Amino acid sequence: MSLIIDHIDKSFDAVQALSRIDFEVQDGELFGLIGPDGAGKSTLFRIMASLLVPDAGRCIMHGYDVVDDYREVRKIIGYMPGRFSLYMDLSVEENLAFYARVFGTSVEENYDLISDVYEQIAPFKRRLAGKLSGGMKQKLALSCALIHRPRVLILDEPTTGVDAVSRREFWDMLKKIQGQGITIVVSTPYMDEAEMCDRVALIQKGRVLEISDPSIPRDGDDTQLFSLRSNRGVYAYLERVRSMEGCKHAWLFGDQLHVTPKSKDNAEKMKSVMDSWDDPSLQWKPILPSIEDRFMGLMEQESEEHSTNGERI
Amino acid sequence: MVDHEHIIEVKEMVKKFGSFRANDRLTFYVEKGEIFGFLGANGAGKTTAIRILCGLSYPTSGEIMVAGHDVYREREKIKRKIGYMSQKFSLYEDLTVSENIRLYAGIYGLGRNQIASREEQLLERLALSHIRNRLIREIPLGWKQKLAFSVAIFHQPAIVFLDEPTGGVDPITRRQFWEMIHDATEEGITVFVTTHYMDEAEYCDRVSIMVDGRIDALDTPAALKQQFESKNMNEVFLKLARR
Repeated sequence: MSLIIDHIDKSFDAVQALSRIDFEVQDGELFGLIGPDGAGKSTLFRIMASLLVPDAGRCIMHGYDVVDDYREVRKIIGYMPGRFSLYMDLSVEENLAFYARVFGTSVEENYDLISDVYEQIAPFKRRLAGKLSGGMKQKLALSCALIHRPRVLILDEPTTGVDAVSRREFWDMLKKIQGQGITIVVSTPYMDEAEMCDRVALIQKGRVLEISDPSIPRDGDDTQLFSLRSNRGVYAYLERVRSMEGCKHAWLFGDQLHVTPKSKDNAEKMKSVMDSWDDPSLQWKPILPSIEDRFMGLMEQESEEHSTNGERI
Repeated sequence: MVDHEHIIEVKEMVKKFGSFRANDRLTFYVEKGEIFGFLGANGAGKTTAIRILCGLSYPTSGEIMVAGHDVYREREKIKRKIGYMSQKFSLYEDLTVSENIRLYAGIYGLGRNQIASREEQLLERLALSHIRNRLIREIPLGWKQKLAFSVAIFHQPAIVFLDEPTGGVDPITRRQFWEMIHDATEEGITVFVTTHYMDEAEYCDRVSIMVDGRIDALDTPAALKQQFESKNMNEVFLKLARR
């Protein structure tokens, strides 16, 4: 086992940042932590990186406790925080050499591990890190986090604010690094990146909502999900669908609406009402929920539980 | 022709930084009341173009009219007619919800009575009346985002520029935000928006995609998907930007 997160709690003054976080990451796994800003992802990553002490619970990295054995932990992890910790007044190659020496190794010794990533920025190796574009900084930061050949790579939101093309390229690089036997724990606010992970934990308001393997489609849920499409565009139908009696939730989802009826019977009733809407291009069909659908479903479940308890933010 | 009034008209816009062409002869228009998606990879030149359209920087050359005003000579008039919101919301963290609303309303020259009544309406619509006296830094991100948008259109601008407005928020808040955008267009506000979420490109009436300082594609999402034989906008984007 690469990583054991065992019932971790962490508060900052009155704010409960993490409550009872509990999961394990296998050797060689690519594990994703998916959730919006403020969910607690960075707090958890800082605990894993031994930079923050939890209030309760333990975090064990390859047998070492991140609090008691932090010196050992720091040798075996590579950590890339959301705001890259590069030295902006050092050049690209100086940054890399510096990180290698801090960990008692050299760039040459582990160059094979970073060559794919580093070769993309090598033409600029004499440029100051502060003068690089965002994408190049990201690649340099990744090279620096890998140069001591860590056993576990911890990446806190490496793709936030990055365009769809660069995000895809970054995930391709991660897959290659995983292929070298390095365990990767990565966080992201982009739900569509879940499919690149072996397993993902969905996290919201300091709690893990669910841990799942995104490649296994989730059917057999007690509620069913439908998509609605129309050549006339779906936004015009949103309020109409929501106000239907059998509709539990309806949300925009790209060029479709994703609709959760209250029950299977309701789904058929809704269909027959829609047939009377005089739009032959309407398509209503059952679909399997994506990770984003799951996340929204779990959020709604939580907020319903809260509202029945009469709670308010 | 009133139906198809061009609220933004850009002809051959060029912006050079030294020998580098950040914007290379951009030509496009935005119709009044539409949601116009302005997409492109990081570094493609989107921010440069938005700064010009908002009257914050001069183009090197080209003819550009925004809300009926010339970007060379009438920048102050443009600024009065537009709203702007970025991912780093320009709300003051150490002021309350209510103070932020009144501050921005005052900056845009709304009168005291007008501010009071519109503030009430706004707080009610956002269901934020109960936290009007809370500091911005104490409220959840999703609420801040909705408030930042409402403040950006509080003076009823002709156009609102949204620069990655939904970064980092949860998927439900993101969708509620797009419903607010649609509502704004029903009030006649034109929306000019950038995003890295490709599902959001589908919510736009028309989408342009910038690559290396040029606009390489511009059409409705449906037409772009057909043109690039793609099943969604993500594929369209990957095909264009990777060419």
